[in-house]
Amino acid sequence: MKRLILWAPLAVFAGFLMVVAFGLKRPPDPAIHSKLVGKPMPAFELKPAVAEHPGLSSEDLKQGAPRLVNVFASWCVPCIAEAPVLMELKRRGVPIDGIAIRDRGEDVAAFLARNRDPYAHIGTDPNSQVQLALGSSGVPETFVVDGKGVIRLQHIGAINPNELGDIIAALEAAK
Amino acid sequence: MRPWRHSIAVLLLVSTATLAQSSLPPARYANTQLEDPRQEAEAKALMETLRCLVCQGQSIADSDADLAGDMRSLVRQRIKAGERPEAIRAWLIERYGEWVSYSPPLEPLTWPLWAAPVVLLLAGLWLARGRFRLKRR
Repeated sequence: MKRLILWAPLAVFAGFLMVVAFGLKRPPDPAIHSKLVGKPMPAFELKPAVAEHPGLSSEDLKQGAPRLVNVFASWCVPCIAEAPVLMELKRRGVPIDGIAIRDRGEDVAAFLARNRDPYAHIGTDPNSQVQLALGSSGVPETFVVDGKGVIRLQHIGAINPNELGDIIAALEAAK
Repeated sequence: MRPWRHSIAVLLLVSTATLAQSSLPPARYANTQLEDPRQEAEAKALMETLRCLVCQGQSIADSDADLAGDMRSLVRQRIKAGERPEAIRAWLIERYGEWVSYSPPLEPLTWPLWAAPVVLLLAGLWLARGRFRLKRR
């Protein structure tokens, strides 16, 4: 018994090493996934970000057909990379609404003039309050919302051209 | 391009994204205390136990990120409106998961965390027991 106990600290240390090795080997996932996927969109109402588009409210997302809600900002660099992909989705007839985070109207207008404009509605969220209500933690993020206003998918980060199929599939599934 | 160069390029892209900050001024209560000191104390205590979503590892009380400021404003506004701190924590956990809270609840997944100090203390006492007996002799 005594002999066995002498080995106990070493065993504990080995166990500790194993936990550390496991933690080091597993790639970190810094993305924070919203727990609202599968749940209804929280109620919100946002003022228009630019004069050319109406604002966005949660009621606009219950139109019977699935829509994309794109959380973006004019100061966000990956949003520029994402713009052509959103234009392609628009070309395929997908309705896309935008939520501009911490942005000024003139900056959003300049961003849309430079990178083209895929949006139907654009609401302005100057203090990220709707972003927080959505469980979103950065820009860009895209939510697939079905015709009843239920969130079906959250895509974190810019949609790459090779991820276009996933978004289309999620939209089809939400029909 | 070699794979490691590729990953460096990706890292640079990601870091510029997280460094990007908006040019809008901070939200109403991001850096302004509440008028009522009792409410401010409640808000401060809650903010110190909520995790920043951008600089993960800092509390929103410590972080300079825009989103942390907006979260502080959300906390203070809701406390001001009379909401209980634990209700605000629950509201955030509903959206971001337990991850967002630095104050882990007692549940099957976290009980080792709570039990560990007690277990270690008992193990220490048990180990020390022999020593005390030796001295008395």
